[in-house]
Amino acid sequence: MSQLISLNDITVAFNHQKIVSNVSFVVNTEQIVALLGPNGAGKSTLIKVVIGLIKPTAGTISRAADLTIGYVPQSITFNAALPITVKRFMQLNRQLCDAEIKQILAMVEADNLINDFMQQLSGGELQRILLAQALAKHPQLLVLDEPAQGVDVKGQILLYDLIAKARDEFKCGVLMVSHDLDLAMGSADNVICLNHAIYCEGSPKTVAKNPAFMALFNNLHKHLHQTNHKEQE
Amino acid sequence: MITLLLPSLLAGLCLALITGPLGTFVVWRKMSYFGDTLSHAALLGVAFGFLFHINLFYAILFITLILALGLIWLESQKQLPIDTLLGILAHSALSLGLVVISLMKDIRVDLMGYLFGDLLSVTFLDLYQIMVGVVFVGLILIWRWNHFLFITVSEDLAFSNGINVPLTKLILTILLALTIGLAMKFVGALIITSLLIIPAATAKYYANSPEKMAYFAILIGMLSVVGGLSFSAFYDTPTGPSVVLSNTLLFFMTLLIIKLVKSIKK
Repeated sequence: MSQLISLNDITVAFNHQKIVSNVSFVVNTEQIVALLGPNGAGKSTLIKVVIGLIKPTAGTISRAADLTIGYVPQSITFNAALPITVKRFMQLNRQLCDAEIKQILAMVEADNLINDFMQQLSGGELQRILLAQALAKHPQLLVLDEPAQGVDVKGQILLYDLIAKARDEFKCGVLMVSHDLDLAMGSADNVICLNHAIYCEGSPKTVAKNPAFMALFNNLHKHLHQTNHKEQE
Repeated sequence: MITLLLPSLLAGLCLALITGPLGTFVVWRKMSYFGDTLSHAALLGVAFGFLFHINLFYAILFITLILALGLIWLESQKQLPIDTLLGILAHSALSLGLVVISLMKDIRVDLMGYLFGDLLSVTFLDLYQIMVGVVFVGLILIWRWNHFLFITVSEDLAFSNGINVPLTKLILTILLALTIGLAMKFVGALIITSLLIIPAATAKYYANSPEKMAYFAILIGMLSVVGGLSFSAFYDTPTGPSVVLSNTLLFFMTLLIIKLVKSIKK
């Protein structure tokens, strides 16, 4: 297990307001790290720091040499006037042959969608296609920003299963952001709770018992125990 | 008649080669107001051309390019919403152009020609300049097509795939400014944007891929040029509006066809 990316004391400020302050963590190969926190906690900002879209105000970030990052953005809205199929979307980055596209789509259980228009996909289907396009790069690190947003519960279970499967298949590290706890925590090896700064971190079980975590997720916490699908399976 | 019309016809057909595909991006990226601003600024280019005795063609290109770069900079400042900025700039540029032209007492300018295009004013020299411009814009468009498409789908995703997003946006904006500068003489400052938007909007109904939409937009643009020029020649109507109306006609015919096909399928 080697280290893919490490954030050291990262601070991001816009207009002198700290969005993220003094955050440090690492992601290793074959490790799933879940970044949890309420809306506006700075999760997406941190993800953008990881993929290099935002330069941190302070702190350093070190990536493994020639690190390939597969990025799944928060849901994309497609202009209704842009006729683009799943197949063409998959070819935006580079020319993939039909067999390659089909193989990747099969991996996310979406091979039947290859000729559908992107606008026609359901929330869950769209997220799986976005996952597929990230996997097409054979990433060493998979970074997902709210992958389960706008997806029904059944679709969420499938999505987190697929992410875990992708980790096994590509031996990659995974960093995923979520504001829903139950499913995200089920598949994670390490959980980091963020509200501008890191509140607590550790394995899902230890974090769930942490008082700081309970305080942060006061309301959601109850919900967690009622619907923790993963642990019951 | 034919020899008189030939430069205009060829110029229009050449322009359709780039207004088609660029128009699709104007539609996809919701840049129509942006196009309006640049084309209104083109009239300012005409004014400055007369004022400083510069070739009008280069004066127009220069002013539209400067304004395009200025807009990108203003947008990055995030002080005002972009449509407000565009509204201010579009009409200020147009007004300034008109006022400057009216102040130049010793020069008589056919304002209608610059606002709405002038069929007979296109010479073989204009045609030559337009052709060079079209080849230049067209080659870059083909070369960077996938990048333009990628940033249109998602800028963040494009960035994570190693695309230089600000540079790609800048190139696309420059291409748009160049195209508007080139089309100015043919179709006039006030209605250039419609030459970009209407063929693309019509093409949307026939296309099942981004590339096909661009091809159809070219075809529809060319049909409208032929139709509009013929009408303009026979009935002595202004060129620009005639071409635009041909486009509009094709657009509504398309809507009708789509509706009929749907009702038959039912």
